[in-house]
Amino acid sequence: MTDTSITPTTQPGDWASDQEVRWCPGCGDYSILTAMRMLMPSLGTEPHNTVFVSGIGCAARFPYYMNSYGVHGIHGRAPAIATGLAMARPDLDVWVIGGDGDMLSIGGNHLIHALRRNVKIKVLLFNNQIYGLTKGQFSPTSEIGKVTKSSPMGSLDAPFNPLAVALGAEASFVARTHDMDRQHMMDTFRRAHEHDGAAFVEVFQNCNVFNDGAFEGITKKQNRDANLIPLAHGEPIRFGADGEFGVIDESGCARVVHTADVSTDELLTHDETKHDPSTAFMLARLARGPFEPTPIGVFRAVRRSEYAMASTRQLAAAQEKQGTADIAQLLRSRGTWYV
Amino acid sequence: MTDTASRELPLQEIDEVIIRFAGDSGDGMQLTGDQFTSISAALGNDLSTLPEFPAEIRAPQGTLAGVSAFQVRISDFDITTPGDAPTVLVAMNPAALKAQLHNLAQGGALILNTDAFNDRNLEKAGYASNPLDDGTLDDYRSYPVPMSQITRDAVAEHGVKPRDAERSKNFFALGLISWMYTRPVEPTLEFINTKFRGREQVINANTAAFKAGYNFGETAEIFEAHYEVKPAPLAPGEYTNVNGNTALAWGCVVAGQLARLPVFLGSYPITPASDILHEMSLKKNFGVRTFQAEDEIAAAASAVGAAFGGALAFTSTSGPGLALKGETLSLAVSLELPMVVLDIQRGGPSTGLPTKPEQADLMMAMYGRHSESPLPVVAPRSPADCFDIAIEASRIALKYRTPVIVLSDGYLANSSEPWLLPDVDELPDIGVEFATEFNGTNEDGDGIFLPYLRDPDTLARPWAIPGTPGLMHRVGGIEKEDGTGNISYEPENHQLMIDLRQAKVDGVDVPDVEVAGDAHADLVILGWGSTWGAIDAAAGRLREDGFEVAHVHLRHLNPLPADLGEVLRRYRAVVCPEMNKGQLCDLVRAKYLIDVEHIGKIDGVPFTTGEVTSAVRKRLEELAGS
Repeated sequence: MTDTSITPTTQPGDWASDQEVRWCPGCGDYSILTAMRMLMPSLGTEPHNTVFVSGIGCAARFPYYMNSYGVHGIHGRAPAIATGLAMARPDLDVWVIGGDGDMLSIGGNHLIHALRRNVKIKVLLFNNQIYGLTKGQFSPTSEIGKVTKSSPMGSLDAPFNPLAVALGAEASFVARTHDMDRQHMMDTFRRAHEHDGAAFVEVFQNCNVFNDGAFEGITKKQNRDANLIPLAHGEPIRFGADGEFGVIDESGCARVVHTADVSTDELLTHDETKHDPSTAFMLARLARGPFEPTPIGVFRAVRRSEYAMASTRQLAAAQEKQGTADIAQLLRSRGTWYV
Repeated sequence: MTDTASRELPLQEIDEVIIRFAGDSGDGMQLTGDQFTSISAALGNDLSTLPEFPAEIRAPQGTLAGVSAFQVRISDFDITTPGDAPTVLVAMNPAALKAQLHNLAQGGALILNTDAFNDRNLEKAGYASNPLDDGTLDDYRSYPVPMSQITRDAVAEHGVKPRDAERSKNFFALGLISWMYTRPVEPTLEFINTKFRGREQVINANTAAFKAGYNFGETAEIFEAHYEVKPAPLAPGEYTNVNGNTALAWGCVVAGQLARLPVFLGSYPITPASDILHEMSLKKNFGVRTFQAEDEIAAAASAVGAAFGGALAFTSTSGPGLALKGETLSLAVSLELPMVVLDIQRGGPSTGLPTKPEQADLMMAMYGRHSESPLPVVAPRSPADCFDIAIEASRIALKYRTPVIVLSDGYLANSSEPWLLPDVDELPDIGVEFATEFNGTNEDGDGIFLPYLRDPDTLARPWAIPGTPGLMHRVGGIEKEDGTGNISYEPENHQLMIDLRQAKVDGVDVPDVEVAGDAHADLVILGWGSTWGAIDAAAGRLREDGFEVAHVHLRHLNPLPADLGEVLRRYRAVVCPEMNKGQLCDLVRAKYLIDVEHIGKIDGVPFTTGEVTSAVRKRLEELAGS
């Protein structure tokens, strides 16, 4: 996947700011930060052309730790801040970092609208299924019945499936990765970066203080073979140590089968470029939670008009038609008279 | 038909007339009023207009809720308001008459579309008997005209379906009024041709209706005279007719040119501010990017993002939206980035009166954010002043790297006046420099960038935009260390930053107070925003009656002019008319311990000159007697 044509002009260390990282020891955010710093030199971009934008939450501290430009905004609003920035400056690489509470609860509205507009921002949602910074309340991705400080008898809220939300919002790029696999994160982030439009990546991230082990059932080394389904474009969807499991489309529902029980033709062939999102949606909903086989990788990557460039084209078209800025003409545009 | 004296009616010269066109919201009253205004402007009259829209888009036809009106005042002298009471009311149906009659001056002229006064319409308007013949209109000069019928007859030859024929009756009314006030017909015929280009039948029908109205005046023998309003002695130059929202939008577009920055507007549709979004969306050839956001918060947040990227960023809204933007504005205060918020105030609380003006967002603009979150506030005083205020707000925002709130209102937004066009070369240069180089050194002596190292004069921090090599930095809403901008929870630093943010706003360069009228009077009228016209006219009337009155009108509300307290203390009485419960009064009292007397009115209708005059006269008489 690595693009060898790019000669790195920076080293991972160039992307580290001088700020002390203050996440809890053992937090999954560290490995995501490392993956990002390691990836950056190979993307062919420079720190001064890169902006990380965030909202509020543990994940939202991310921009402080990258030696790029950064905005640590307010709760939920990062996609909106980033949209304004990406429109004003289509030349920049704009990344949005946030957690499940930030992006799916208080900022849910901004997330879905940024995705539907397809503005060129790269949204990384660190999903730890809990509110960390406020010290442990259930989040919009917490499972029903979760006992937390604000739900002592169990949460009554049905959770969001972040990928299903993104697909429902017409996101043109939708992917999932996890904090236990640096290479997979780097590959996924790279794909997001290369995408010409809004990219949405869910990162399963462990909060070792308030929700430790939430994804262990699928991301722990010994569980990965049985419970992670790596998606590869153009390949039949198979997983398991020896490829003994596969996924089929059973009347519009994805179902896990033993490959021995079906012919290879019956296995679903992954096509991330399919414009109809139904198959991606079906795959996004394959697992009911992080305790059974869960697909990771790129679910969807389709081409759609990018918002900021479309806006730039309108400016050019208007200049073509109305001529460039002329204040005197503007002030006379509604007719004048002389006294 | 250009021979306006064919029936040898006397031509009376009058110094002004205030006409109110009123009809159903589908009757085209705004178009009619606009066109009458344009012709009068071209004739050199001074003028001022006030549209009145129903909140509903198309309320049921013929009902009071659906009445739409447009008031225009034309004169041969300098005026600053659309006039208190119309002297002519054109009522297209019973609902329009019922809703508007109370506005009409005693003895005023009523031009009525009698065809609309049928049982059904009378009932819808809530008339138990027909006002045309039950004595209701005895105190007025009534001119009953079967407008619908004559219009239908006039357009019949153009093959217009009977159902559509009546739609031209507003042009009949315009023709009739054009005759009454000796307006030339050619500009309107041209207007019809341009406005409805490509729709021959509509052009023919409207032209026929317009001419029928004009001819009706000339031949119907129900009018005893027609009138002439001579040009006003306006300063020589080139004029255009502009309302506040258009002027504000143009001001924002031009500010970008004067600052040599791309303009960004993040906005969410809201009455009465949406026209700013519409107008700026038409100016893409100026490099203006408009973004219709998913909500008010995103509109403000996108402006913050654009400002970080180096754009001159705006967000436009009204009161409910400003409330939602509060948290984002406090982020902008903390990030110390330039942006301008346009608040077109409307009646509240809550949804309140969306189409009616109020000046009750002043305290919210001043203090409506959590913690100590100071920002400059300015307010335009007239429709044309909206242009200048947009540039002034942008200048302050850029120079001091701060969000600025502009407080316009629904009255200024839609009301229009002739505007002597400025000399483009005389407009101020409001450009600022982006930071491009290191401004400090670390302990090893290497160059570094300190994003919160302030300009000692303005206290503004450097504005280094992404794309600038070497100046990478992070800004955020968490308290930051002065200079480095690094996160800091240190008590002394927080106190320092609170004080610095306040000192920066307090230090904004604001011109000294200008006292209009009699500087040495006993009484000064203090005002801000859209009350300027009514106060100015009231002061004029009082002066004619032999009183001395001073007038101070504030365009800068935060910070206030440095000499304001000193100036106000020269007067025995300070009175302050505002469309709120005394918000500027409270600010001035709190700051200067001056006993400002409130003259309040919050009924959704701008102050009339008469209201201000009588309230101030009462106080002047008390002062004279004491």
